Amino acid sequence: MTETNVDKDLLLDIYRRAWLIHQADAKFRAMITTGQLQILYYSPRGQEVVAAAMMAALRPDDYLVTIYRGIHDQLAKGIPLKELWAEFAGKATGTCKGKGGPMHITHPETGVMVTTGIVGSGMPIANGLGLASQLNGDGRVTVCCFGDGASNIGAFHEALNMASVWKLPVIFLCQNNLYGEHTPYAMSTGAERIADRSISYGMKGVRVNGNDAAAMHAVAREAVARARAGEGPTLIEAMTFRFNGHLLGDDSHYIPKAEMEAAKAADPVPALRRTLLETQVSEATLAALEAEITAQVAEAAQFALDSPYPDLRENRIDVLDVEMLDNREIAA
Amino acid sequence: MNAPLKKITFGQAFHMAMDEAMAADERVILLGEDIADGQGGGVYKTTLGLSAKYGDARVRSTPIAEQAIVGAAIGAALVGYRPVAEIMLMNFITVAMDQIVNHAAKLRFMSGGQTSVPITIRTISGAGRGFGGQHSDMLEAWFAHVPGLKIATASNPADAKGLLLSCIEDDNPCIFIENTPTYRTSGPPPEPGYRVPLGKAAVQREGRDISVIGYGRPIADALAVAGKLAEEGISVEVVDLRTIAPFDAETVLNSVAKTGRAVIVHEAVKEFGVGAEISSRIHEELFRDLKAPVARVGSRYAPVPFSPVLEKDWLYSQADIEAAIRKTLG
Ligand SMILES: Cc1ncc(C[n+]2csc(CCOP(=O)(O)OP(=O)(O)O)c2C)c(N)n1
Ligand SMILES: [Mg+2]
Repeated sequence: MTETNVDKDLLLDIYRRAWLIHQADAKFRAMITTGQLQILYYSPRGQEVVAAAMMAALRPDDYLVTIYRGIHDQLAKGIPLKELWAEFAGKATGTCKGKGGPMHITHPETGVMVTTGIVGSGMPIANGLGLASQLNGDGRVTVCCFGDGASNIGAFHEALNMASVWKLPVIFLCQNNLYGEHTPYAMSTGAERIADRSISYGMKGVRVNGNDAAAMHAVAREAVARARAGEGPTLIEAMTFRFNGHLLGDDSHYIPKAEMEAAKAADPVPALRRTLLETQVSEATLAALEAEITAQVAEAAQFALDSPYPDLRENRIDVLDVEMLDNREIAA
Repeated sequence: MNAPLKKITFGQAFHMAMDEAMAADERVILLGEDIADGQGGGVYKTTLGLSAKYGDARVRSTPIAEQAIVGAAIGAALVGYRPVAEIMLMNFITVAMDQIVNHAAKLRFMSGGQTSVPITIRTISGAGRGFGGQHSDMLEAWFAHVPGLKIATASNPADAKGLLLSCIEDDNPCIFIENTPTYRTSGPPPEPGYRVPLGKAAVQREGRDISVIGYGRPIADALAVAGKLAEEGISVEVVDLRTIAPFDAETVLNSVAKTGRAVIVHEAVKEFGVGAEISSRIHEELFRDLKAPVARVGSRYAPVPFSPVLEKDWLYSQADIEAAIRKTLG
C-alpha cells in the first residue's frame, strides 16, 4: 500500500522547492521575452511539483541525470541559483564556466551529474552512476528524468533492461506531459501507460498523478527505499502537463484549447498552496517564504547580468585534461 | 613464478594490460558482451581468467546493448571508476555513437571541467578474414574528428600492452583499436612496467630518403617494404603514430623535415581518412621543404567485400606502399 499521509513540514518543503521553480521560470521567461537573455528555453511550468516532490525524497549526495527541460529538477535538487543563472547567461561564474549552457547543466556538489540535450540518452549514463554506487556500497540513489517521448528511444529499452538485470539503484522518472514537441502522446506511443513498459523489464513500474504532491512524494519515497535497500530500479510515470509549449515562443496551437484550460485550472503550484493553508500553515508563513525566494531569484538574475563572460582561453581548456594548442596559430 | 614469456601475441598483450591495470587499481572495471569466464572470456578470449581473479562484479558480462554498455561506463567514470568497455567489433560501435560523441567526448568541456570521463573503449576490427561489410571497418577517422577523444592503436604486442595500460590510466576517454587479422601475431614482450605515452609517435625505423607514416597493422607492412627497398639503397623512415588523435605532429614534422618526402598509410579507406589530415598538416607547415607532394595509401572506396579475391583487392597492400614510395621519390 502506498502511504499518502505526508506531514506538514514535508509539504512545506515541497512547496518551497516548487515556488522556487515557479519564480525562476517566470523570471527566465521575462528576461528572454525582453531580450536580456538569448537562449533556447524549455519551460517546466506546470511540472514543478513532480520535481519538488521527487527531490524532497532524496539525500543531498544522491545523483540526478536530467534533460534540456531540467531547471525544475536541478533547482529541486538544490543547485545554487546564482551559478545556474550565470550558466544560462553564458558567464564565467556559471556552474560550467559558461561552457555548457542551459541544456548542459552540471553541478556535482549537489549531485547534478549530467544534463543532456539528446532525447533518451541520460538513462544509460544513470545506470553507470548506479553501478558505481552499487560497487561502492554507499547507498546512493540516482534519479534519471526524461519525458514521455524519450520512452520511445532505443536507449530507454537498453538501459531499463540493464538496470533491472543488475538491480541498480536507479529511479527512472518519466515526466509524462502528454506531448513530445508538437506530437500528442497517442500519436507516438503504442503503450497506453508508460509505466506498463516496466513489466517487460521485470521492473517495478508505477503511474502517479505527479501534480499531487502527497501522492508523488509517496511514490518517490517508496522507489528511493527500494533502491537503497538494493532491491533494484523503479520506473515512475508521473502524469503532468506543460503550460508554455515545448520551446518558449511555441504557441501550443497543437494542444486543444479545452485540454490546456483544464490543465491550467489544475495548476499544481496554487493547488499545493491551498492544501498547505488547509493544513494550518498560515498565509503569513507562505507569503514570507515566497517573498524571500522571489528576492533570491531577482538577486541571482542580477548576479548573472553583472558577471563577466569567460576568457577566450576556455576554448582550449577542458577539451582534454591538458590545454590544447591554438590551432589558428598553428595554421598561420 | 612462471618463467617470463619469450614472445606474446597481441591478444595476450591486451589481457596482460587489463590484468595489471585491475591488480593496480580497484577502480578499473570491465564491461562487455560475454567477457566473464562463465561466458567464455570474450569472443577472442581476451578477458578469460579475469573474472575468476577479480570477481564478476568487476568483470561484467552485459546484455547485448552497446548504448547501455558505453553509458554505464560513462556514468561510473563520472564518479571515479576507470571502466574498460569492450565493444566486440568496431562496426557495433555505430549504435553507441551518441554516448561516445555527445557524452563521453563532451562532458568534461560542457561541465567546465567539473567532471571527466576516464573510460577506455576497446574494440576490434580489420579486413582480410572474410567477415564482410559489417564486421571489418576501420572507423578511426570518425572519432579523430571529435574533440575530446583520444584514439590509439598498436603495431606490435609490446606497444599493445603499454598503450592499453596508458589508455586505462589516462584521464580522458580513449578508444583503443585492436586488429582482428593480427590478433594471434606474436612479438617480444615489453619490460615490466612498460608504458607507451599517449600522444607520442615512435620512429620504428630510421631513414633518410622518405618518411612512411602510419599506425597499427600497416606499420609491419611498411617495415617489410623498407627492408626490401634498403637493398636498393633507398632509405625509408617509418613513423608509427600509436596515438591517432591527437597525433604527435612534432615527430611527424621532424621526420618529414629531414626526408622531404612522405607517404601516409592506413587500412581505412583513403578518402576522408586520417591520412588527409596528416597530409594537410605537412603541407601547411613544410611546403617549402617538400621535394614531392605527400602521397596517401588506403583501402578502396567501397564497403569491405566478402569474396576473398575482392577483399584482397579492396585492402591496401605492401605493393601499394612500395608504389607510393617509388612515385614520391620520382
Ligand atoms: C535524439 C533526439 N531526437 C530529437 C530531438 C529533438 N527534440 C528535443 S525535445 C523533443 C521532444 C521530447 O519529448 P519528451 O521526451 O516527451 O520530453 P518533453 O520535451 O515533453 O519534456 C525532441 C523531439 C533531440 N533533442 N534528440
Ligand atoms: Mg513530453
